[in-house]
Amino acid sequence: MAKPRAFHVADLPGVGPTALFVFAGLYAPILTLVIYSFNAAPSVATWDGFTFDWYVKAWNNDAVMNAAANSLIVATLAAILSTGLATLAALGTTRRPAFFGITAIYAAINQPLMVPEIVTAVALLIVVAAIKAATGYAGLGYLVVAHTAFCIPFAYLPIRARLEGMDLTLETAAADLYASPWQSFRFVTLPQLAPGILAGWMLAFVTSLDDVVITEFIKSPGQDTLPTYMLGQLRRAMTPDINALSAALLGLTLVLLSGFFLLSRRKS
Amino acid sequence: MAAPVISARNLVKAFGTGDFAVRALDTVSLDIQQGEFFTLLGPSGCGKTTLLRLFAGFEMPSAGTILLDGQDVTVLPPNRRPINTVFQSYALFPHLTVAENVGFALKMQGKPRAEIDETVAKMLALVRLEAMAGRKITQLSGGQQQRVALARALAPHPKVLLLDEPLSALDLKLRKEMQIELKRLQHETGITFIFVTHDQEEALTMSDRIAVMSAGKVQQVGTPKEIYTHPINRFVAAFIGETNFLDAVGETGGARLTTGDLIPVEGVLHGPVTVAIRPEQLRLVAPATAGAIAATVRDLVYFGTDTHCHMALVDGTALTARLQSPASGDIGLSIGDRVGVLPMPGAAQMLRD
Repeated sequence: MAKPRAFHVADLPGVGPTALFVFAGLYAPILTLVIYSFNAAPSVATWDGFTFDWYVKAWNNDAVMNAAANSLIVATLAAILSTGLATLAALGTTRRPAFFGITAIYAAINQPLMVPEIVTAVALLIVVAAIKAATGYAGLGYLVVAHTAFCIPFAYLPIRARLEGMDLTLETAAADLYASPWQSFRFVTLPQLAPGILAGWMLAFVTSLDDVVITEFIKSPGQDTLPTYMLGQLRRAMTPDINALSAALLGLTLVLLSGFFLLSRRKS
Repeated sequence: MAAPVISARNLVKAFGTGDFAVRALDTVSLDIQQGEFFTLLGPSGCGKTTLLRLFAGFEMPSAGTILLDGQDVTVLPPNRRPINTVFQSYALFPHLTVAENVGFALKMQGKPRAEIDETVAKMLALVRLEAMAGRKITQLSGGQQQRVALARALAPHPKVLLLDEPLSALDLKLRKEMQIELKRLQHETGITFIFVTHDQEEALTMSDRIAVMSAGKVQQVGTPKEIYTHPINRFVAAFIGETNFLDAVGETGGARLTTGDLIPVEGVLHGPVTVAIRPEQLRLVAPATAGAIAATVRDLVYFGTDTHCHMALVDGTALTARLQSPASGDIGLSIGDRVGVLPMPGAAQMLRD
């Protein structure tokens, strides 16, 4: 006879199949994409053997390489800038007593997480168009600034979490041992905060790398990042090198996100 | 007496404002001499840690001044005071090695590399951790971390070392070892130690002088012997060791107990008083002995080295005597026995409150 046990929500009928269905829905398409990026046949309808050709083809395509370079430049710069700003914001909101309006400041910092991206994109389009008309500059700067803005909350959250988990007596001890406020930050706070900053940078980088909506609105003509290039290709014919590109992007994102989780799990 | 190394003058620290303000420290004045092992003793919430934090500069007093070598340091930030702290939680830097922790203050002061290395080696030898120099803090035991915290705070040779209940996280055996170690370090370095504890035994065994604190005020300052043998009030008598308190009326020649017995006490107060007598200062004699107070044995508790004899006087007042156990372990008393109690000469104290 089965041992009687307390009610558990997982015992309800259908919990297991539902979970399986959800995971299948989430991962089957991605798995299919990765598999077909190695498909020798040019159509998704048939499987014609294993090949790396599509990766090679994408690698040899100047338009793809150009878009990839743009993506990496924008993501790297935007991640650095947003992490720097987010670190200052996190210090400003954790290393002082709570003040009137602090909730409003949290909301303001996290605004890009809440406002529909399309709204931000349209708003930025208007501003960027005006600046372009006035200055004539059409470089990657607009994308870097726009990506920096919406990456800030992604960088801010892990940094703040790290700062809040930090033992404040360490900073007191540093001051007691003749460290000036700057030395205390440089030699005690910053080294302890480093994993949080790196995690924030990675999250910001991935967020920038994957952005389509805002980039599509404010990029200059002929300027493409990987996601907007792929979107552009879809308008013509679906070619398997898009599968290969998507799989490569997925791979990069997975590596960075794994790094993020490892860093944020590390105890201070 | 020489000029004190550190002095508190009418220090007040209030938290909160208006009617809700709480005085964590209420007009505290103290003079601590160069080279002293000075202990701030009191129950939690008595203000001893607040006083330490004011000395360190982590908090600013609401009123009053702190003098270090005669200089006013009341509002000087902690990094500009030649005072170091051993924190209750040690607060060692987990991202640095043992040697880097110990050399931290010297590095912040901009001392040359060679001097830092030399001092670190000397300090690690002082706390017997030479072999651990390259270890991470997380690889050390609690007792070793404690030694690193001491070495780190002593390395810049401060004028005063503040110790905030540094032994409270250690087990009893390690605690006893560290008590001896602390005394040795203080002796070898000649630095003034201000030690905070709520453990009266620790305070008695280690200190040159003790300040007993309660409710934000210093109740009494004195050597361990003075505090134990001549407590100034009921709080100090009760906090340090065990004491019998008896209601009495002071009159010429002594204190008249509620039972009508007269206990001879020097320095007589008149009117209602409390008589304090340590349990080990009572002798049990035959009931009819002249001057003895009649009592009945209510309970006997064996403690190994001694036996606690709980008694009741004729009017029911409780009284405890601590009797040294003889070799046989049997003090020859049983519950219900009638005895006479004789305080040793000079043992009884009269307290006003």
